[in-house]
Amino acid sequence: MKILRAIVQELIGMFVDDESLALFAVILIAAVAAAVKLLGVPALPASLFLLAGCLAILARSVHRAAR
Amino acid sequence: MNSLTPIISTITAAFLASFVEVVEAFTIVLAVGVTRSWRPALIGAALALAVLAALVLVFGPLLSLVPITLLQFVVGVLLILFGMRWLRKAILRSLGVIALHDEEAAFSKETSLLQQQANDRRADYLAGVAAFKAVLLEGVEVVFIVIAVGAAHSQTFYASVGALAAFLLVAVIGLVVHRPLSRIPENALKFAVGLMLTSFGIFWTGEGLGADWPGADLALLAIFAVVTLFSFAIIRWFRSPAPSSPGKPA
Repeated sequence: MKILRAIVQELIGMFVDDESLALFAVILIAAVAAAVKLLGVPALPASLFLLAGCLAILARSVHRAAR
Repeated sequence: MNSLTPIISTITAAFLASFVEVVEAFTIVLAVGVTRSWRPALIGAALALAVLAALVLVFGPLLSLVPITLLQFVVGVLLILFGMRWLRKAILRSLGVIALHDEEAAFSKETSLLQQQANDRRADYLAGVAAFKAVLLEGVEVVFIVIAVGAAHSQTFYASVGALAAFLLVAVIGLVVHRPLSRIPENALKFAVGLMLTSFGIFWTGEGLGADWPGADLALLAIFAVVTLFSFAIIRWFRSPAPSSPGKPA
């Protein structure tokens, strides 16, 4: 049971370390996906926005940790 | 070149990411083998590898049932989260905000724990469990990496080759040096892996959304270059001293 719990914690920890980084990344991806699928925004500009957004989220997370 | 790009990048990403994980698992197995005996260390490691193989055999074929664009999107999202987490940690380690991962320290910690348990009549069992847990937990990450970097472009075979090469290389180096692989530039490797996985994640999420990347697979290299340049810019920005206020002595 302990090992099972450790595996679950390891699985979650693989994707979530800084909670706000993970949360903002998920919100960004959801917003981009919604823009493409629901609003008909072209996928390429949306993907480039995703790239820029990921980098901005990374910079913000590093800034918070380094303060 | 265009068809080689995903193959080379898949093998490289799987190799580097797996190498880091295998080194961490090796440290614990070595600690168990040296402190207790090799029997529980190897039995624990072998059992964990069997569990991992069973996981791949059970869940691997299910992936072929998922539509490719959905698979690319889901894998892309997971790789963005996974890759950015590694990249953030590597950047913070480069900046000295968090400590570098130290295999010697991990080895000493595990060794002293095993020595405390030496008089326990279940000492062999506990040592075996330690090896099992280390290989299983690090192995779960390797399995995810292989599936993630391989599945979205049907290159699980190439990703597996990269991971297997990492496993064999660590095993050979480990047999030769017979001590923790502390001289491996682990943070540089994690930095490179973070860059690659984040780039893969953005590329596949875009493909999953229907983006027709200019240059097809070569766009992956362009994304990698942008993410790399930006990450180095972040390090440079946070390393540079804050500008002094006007009127104040420098």
